[in-house]
Amino acid sequence: MPHINVDKNLPGIRSLMAFSPETATPMGELANLLLRTNEGMSMADRELIAAHVSYLNDCFYCQQSHGAIAVCYLDGNHDLVEQVKRDYTHAAISDKLKALLVIAGSVQKGGKHVTPNQIENAKNLGATDRDIHDTVLIAAAFCMFNRYVDGLAANTPTDLSTYPLRAKQVAEKGYGNHIFSSKQPVPENEKI
Amino acid sequence: MAHIQLNNELPGIVGLLHYSPETAKPLNDLAEVLLVQENSLTRGEREMIASSVSYWNDCHFCHSSHGAAAANLLKQPVSFLTEIKKGFPGTEISPKMCALLNIAKHVQQGGKNVTEEDIRKAREAGAVDKEIHDTVLIAAAFCMYNRYVDGLATWAPKEDEAFMPMGQMLAERGYRATTP
Repeated sequence: MPHINVDKNLPGIRSLMAFSPETATPMGELANLLLRTNEGMSMADRELIAAHVSYLNDCFYCQQSHGAIAVCYLDGNHDLVEQVKRDYTHAAISDKLKALLVIAGSVQKGGKHVTPNQIENAKNLGATDRDIHDTVLIAAAFCMFNRYVDGLAANTPTDLSTYPLRAKQVAEKGYGNHIFSSKQPVPENEKI
Repeated sequence: MAHIQLNNELPGIVGLLHYSPETAKPLNDLAEVLLVQENSLTRGEREMIASSVSYWNDCHFCHSSHGAAAANLLKQPVSFLTEIKKGFPGTEISPKMCALLNIAKHVQQGGKNVTEEDIRKAREAGAVDKEIHDTVLIAAAFCMYNRYVDGLATWAPKEDEAFMPMGQMLAERGYRATTP
């Protein structure tokens, strides 16, 4: 049960955003800027970093949600997403993305864990300053989103079939207050 | 030296905000709503939470700048930065604030570290839903800001005194004013 009184019909961060729309607005804007662009890194790469960090932070809601959004961008390749979350070293992704995931993993532990070696390695594999900046800020932002969701014990759906439905909403329209103000998607078998 | 070429000499997060003005806007908007806007927790109390979380995250720039903002708002001397590090042994802290700092500490360790017991104690001390929500989100947000600042290895002045003008500026003008 959530620690505060939120709308029981909304899952995860959606219920918290509805509780506090004033803070939801900048958080949605930040998510759009970091995750909804293909500049330098693709939207799929960005969601993979988000899902991996959420996995490391043990935030079930966020890792399932962002994993499902990554699946949308990767033509349904669920296995790849699961592998990146758990052990990306053997996943079929670029060496550059692997180097950026190393940096993201360090950020998750704490900012000072990022080493000059990790940065140099990413640069040698083609990462630009902008890629590194975005990786650090995506990883840092998910250290916020994950703590927000679990720190208030937000409702976490255990029915995994609901995540792809919500992911589709984000893949189509991006982040923003529509994710809590519009009608929540309902699985086919529950439609009346 | 910062891990990336920032093309400016500004310290801490200020250098990053100028490097990336697009993301600076929502980052500052969030800080403004959480730390400046009218709230039943005073601005000084909210800056105390922000500075404490930053200290626990070992982020010198954020601990010092938000500590200096708290000192300015609470009319305390520069030694208040040390007081924050020590957990306020010489400051009168309300039971509610004490319970909220305990929640913030657990958020800093990880969201799941916040227990029913932590929440119950805060409620018994008079904390309402919005105060619990804001405490969790301030603590969570500083787990972001701190990692952003240190994850890119930005520079910061060493001496506590150097942060006092910044604290005064934040207290007087808030965060949106620093958006490039």
